Amino acid sequence: MAMGRWTSAVAAAGVWLSLSAFTPSSVECIAPADPGGGWDFTCRTVGKLLYDLELVKEPVKVTNMAGGVGAVAFSNVAAKRSDDPNLIVATSTVGITQIAQGRYPGDLDVMRWLAMLGADVGVVLVRNDSKYETLDDLLQAYKENPGVAVAAGSSGIGGWDHIRLLMLAKEAGATGEQIKNIRWVQYDGGGPAVTQMLGGHVEVVATDFGEIAGFVESGDVRVLAVMSDERLEAFPDLPTAKEQGVDVVGYNWRGFYLPGKVSDEAYQGWADVMKKLYDSQEWQETAVSKGLTPIWRGGEEFESWVEDQTARMRGISKEIGVIK
Amino acid sequence: MDTLNALFYGFGVALQPLHLALGFFGAFIGTLVGALPGIGPVNGVAILIPLAFSLQLSPTAALILLSSVYYGTMYGGRISSILLNIPGDEPAVMTTLDGYPMARSGRAASALAVSGVASFVGGTLATVGLTLFAPILARAAIHFGPAEYFALYVLAFATIGGITGANPAKTLLAAMIGLAIGTVGLDPATGIPRFTFDSYHLYDGVDFIVAIVGLFAISEFLIFLERPAGTHQPRVEIGSMRGAYRDVRRSFGAMLRNSVVGFIAGVLPGAGASLGSFLAYVFERRISNRNDTFGKGDPRGVAAPEAGNNAAAGGALVPMLTLGVPGSGTTAVMLAMLITLNITPGPLLFEKQAELVWGLIAALYLANVVLVILNLPLVGIFTRLLALPYWLLMPIVVMASFVGVYSISHSPFDLYMMIGFGVFGYVLRKLEISLVPVVLGLLLGEAMEFNLRRALSISNGDWTYLVSSPIANTIYVATAVLLAIAVAMALRRERTPH
Repeated sequence: MAMGRWTSAVAAAGVWLSLSAFTPSSVECIAPADPGGGWDFTCRTVGKLLYDLELVKEPVKVTNMAGGVGAVAFSNVAAKRSDDPNLIVATSTVGITQIAQGRYPGDLDVMRWLAMLGADVGVVLVRNDSKYETLDDLLQAYKENPGVAVAAGSSGIGGWDHIRLLMLAKEAGATGEQIKNIRWVQYDGGGPAVTQMLGGHVEVVATDFGEIAGFVESGDVRVLAVMSDERLEAFPDLPTAKEQGVDVVGYNWRGFYLPGKVSDEAYQGWADVMKKLYDSQEWQETAVSKGLTPIWRGGEEFESWVEDQTARMRGISKEIGVIK
Repeated sequence: MDTLNALFYGFGVALQPLHLALGFFGAFIGTLVGALPGIGPVNGVAILIPLAFSLQLSPTAALILLSSVYYGTMYGGRISSILLNIPGDEPAVMTTLDGYPMARSGRAASALAVSGVASFVGGTLATVGLTLFAPILARAAIHFGPAEYFALYVLAFATIGGITGANPAKTLLAAMIGLAIGTVGLDPATGIPRFTFDSYHLYDGVDFIVAIVGLFAISEFLIFLERPAGTHQPRVEIGSMRGAYRDVRRSFGAMLRNSVVGFIAGVLPGAGASLGSFLAYVFERRISNRNDTFGKGDPRGVAAPEAGNNAAAGGALVPMLTLGVPGSGTTAVMLAMLITLNITPGPLLFEKQAELVWGLIAALYLANVVLVILNLPLVGIFTRLLALPYWLLMPIVVMASFVGVYSISHSPFDLYMMIGFGVFGYVLRKLEISLVPVVLGLLLGEAMEFNLRRALSISNGDWTYLVSSPIANTIYVATAVLLAIAVAMALRRERTPH
């Protein structure tokens, strides 16, 4: 039964290909994590919208394949389904960080990087009674004595929360030796990190904005910088790092990759489908309501942007000794 | 008086027909999910999130559904612990210690009734605590940093030796094995793989549920296979409801005491129901085990962990609702759902989402009543399970284990792991090493290591940081006193001739 459906799906895809542009059918979305996490959310939300907007004919099937921070799904797709044009896999900055640090079985070129549809924005914050008034205060303090203010976030050493903070310090002129000595503590999420900061156990938190927005609203914390191109629409009072003269953006984007051996037609077809989804009113509303900023990068442009991001992460990771 | 008004308003929300129906449905599903080996509370709640979305429930309705499931799993987990010696989920591990011996000695009905009432008492007292003290408690809990958490886990490990009546050396050995298994996976501070043998499947470490199902359910099956064909297990008495009533009365004090213990463990973010039920059992054993009845089927040994884990589940909602910080793995999943429903969890939730918060709290009172009403009459049906012949029961258990584990992860690797743990559990049983400390080592060890590493990151490797806080030092003193009492009691027991 399943086999039959699959072959007919392949046959259908073949017919479509020979006719004109590629149209995905019987789409499966792999969320490389357990239900409930960010990647699961990406698959389920986008999958639902693809069907609701009639960009695909059948409901999108979501498969959870947890393990190795996405490495299990990555190796599974590379080994068994490298030319399946009806498969998309959810990924994000977290996945790219793993690749940059050599923790996936293969490099970027094993997959085709499809698009990002939105992003959570990095943020640096302190307690509202902290002596650090601006981003510059903090970064200068780090340059004088990297051990002065313990920082925390939801990733481990060398994870994206950590690296984003170091990118700021580096841009402000800190040396490799200095950024290496900034103390970093990992918590189970941005919320726990902020409560630990409120309890006085750490001084600074660097994490995604979406998780900690509640503390900004309540006034318990002072935001030193948001790491986006422009100020956030919902919080126009919060300054960006850029406007304070530290030219770094730190998005935690949500997007997809395709298996590495799909045809150019399929790749282009998928990029068109995703662009249509991105442009829809529904996605724009959904993204904002989930605390994401809608940002589009797709196709070749996305691929080269991912390469650039990965190279920068690799550089920082080497400098702080996470990889050799 | 404000609180009372708000609660009154909350009952208005919770008693809407839709919310009432969802609460009832959630409580029922939760009991089932908790009873099935392989699907713990985290996954049970996660599985229902798509349902909440597809029914287009309001955030209040969705949260009422999921919280009822959460409370329900705490009730359900005990059933297979008591009847089969197979914990349905992590917090029910401690219930096997006295629950299963009670069932073996013909008091299954009593054990189920005691644990049902204990769950009700724990759940309800925790909800009262949540109603009255949530904001104050949340502000107090933030003073618990890595050093204080580490001290708390030291206390837990120092008392592990006392949880089984058997050879303390073997108990310690078992806990060490659990700790060792817990080191598999990515190093929590640096992300460097440990003992993963280049397999990406091991990067996330060993899944607790897979380990528990393997150790308990699969090894039970292997023990069963050993028996020569045609042997009949002796028929087990179920026990009368009158005996049950007596046991409930006798263990009522234990329920009250350990609701408090469990609630406190739940309020601390990141500690959760497993620590709650563990501390409750240890605490009760310390103060009540005068005639050495614990571990042999003492109803108070059933009441304590069940009151503890249900109270902890309620306690875990305190940091979730007041700070937007998960108190346990399950509340973490519920928080993620709130965010996707466009509710910003955080310190302002009580003010900005009064309907949601107070509706939920009222719904929890109702869910507890529903659960106890649902569970007590079911005692009779559940105990019939014991009348089933083993050759029928064991294959069903194994099938449920395989389906449960696979349905969550879709990973054949997890099934191999489960079988591996089954064989390992079989060997340990043959060596008369208790399985419970192994699981505790695994469950608590990970959190303990995380907090130790955090503390050392903060202090840049300075170990004195661990003893620089008054709260932590108070816990260490309490640990020392407990250990001293245990040693003194052991010495005295040796001196008095039997």
